[in-house]
Amino acid sequence: MQTSTELAYDSKIEGDVVVTRVDAALNWFRKNSLWPMPMGLACCAIELMAAGASRFDISRFGSEVMRFSPRQSDVMIVAGTVTYKMALALRRLYDQMAEPKWVIAMGACASTGGMYRSYAVLQGVDQIVPVDVYVAGCPPRPEALLDALIKLQGKIEKQPVVRELEIASRLASKPGQKVGAA
Amino acid sequence: MSALDLALKLTAQFGDLISAPSEFRGEVTLRVTDAERIAQVCAFAKASLGFDYLVDISSVDNYGSDPRWTVVYELYGYGHRCHLRLKTDVSEEKSELPTVTTVWRGADWHEREIYDMMGIRFRGHPDLRRILMWEGYPYFPLRKDFPLAGKPTELPDVAFTKPAPLEGGPFVTLPGGKTAVEREPRVRTPES
Repeated sequence: MQTSTELAYDSKIEGDVVVTRVDAALNWFRKNSLWPMPMGLACCAIELMAAGASRFDISRFGSEVMRFSPRQSDVMIVAGTVTYKMALALRRLYDQMAEPKWVIAMGACASTGGMYRSYAVLQGVDQIVPVDVYVAGCPPRPEALLDALIKLQGKIEKQPVVRELEIASRLASKPGQKVGAA
Repeated sequence: MSALDLALKLTAQFGDLISAPSEFRGEVTLRVTDAERIAQVCAFAKASLGFDYLVDISSVDNYGSDPRWTVVYELYGYGHRCHLRLKTDVSEEKSELPTVTTVWRGADWHEREIYDMMGIRFRGHPDLRRILMWEGYPYFPLRKDFPLAGKPTELPDVAFTKPAPLEGGPFVTLPGGKTAVEREPRVRTPES
């Protein structure tokens, strides 16, 4: 199972043709167009908005729009304190997102419950959704969130997409199987 | 018209029901001895004394002493710009007193929060249900016998709770220490 992230491009030899592997191309498409779903629950949402505004511009990295609909987004950025009351709604929204999907836990409250060791706060959103990148900070600077997005892009770059799609299609062709993956 | 004058007017109107006003740093407090008549006292305060703004209603858990609850009403008047505080005691067996939503509509959510956090009911409230925690949550979190970390509960399809890891206790600064070392937030074992 080889994955290569190299895109070869030499205009003198090939002209306007790019030679690459399917894995690399698919991963490149995915990582450079991560549309976030902002789960902005508390103060980290302000820094998320700052990251989306012009000074720190998250759309430079492909996150062109903040899609508030789970059907239209790729990465859920959980920015803020997740209370137990909100946890079920958050899980439901995560379930409604289409594959492939990722989660960034932004800030101390989303990562571990933060300073709120109490009866009402979920101690880390990773108790209900699988998290790909954690960002430390209270709140993290917009640059830290952009760094997390870049790390997530690095993670996506290495995913064996074709293999996963193969497995998924094989599972789907078997009657009665639920399609997981990618 | 100072707050003390208004407080004395209130005392004059209700006689034995209200204690003599106590003052601390310019803040006047009155104790209402019978919680059942708090709505009448508040109605008089709004109508005749001009306390048209209810700043806050809060409650105190006097854990270990009877009566267990003290409900505190903070009043203010835009006309005379004076604050007044009314305190009433409610015993734990009763845990109920009349609502003041008929006097100030803003009391609605304050009383819902007191019901949610302490379990004190308000008779005549238009919609007394939990406001911060969810319907069906079995405990009252701000009571002194409820631990900070919380207790495990499970309400399928609504919410779950788990006790939070406190790692040695709430790290609080103790005020009043002479040096920073004495005041430092550190692990403290609870006395009770």
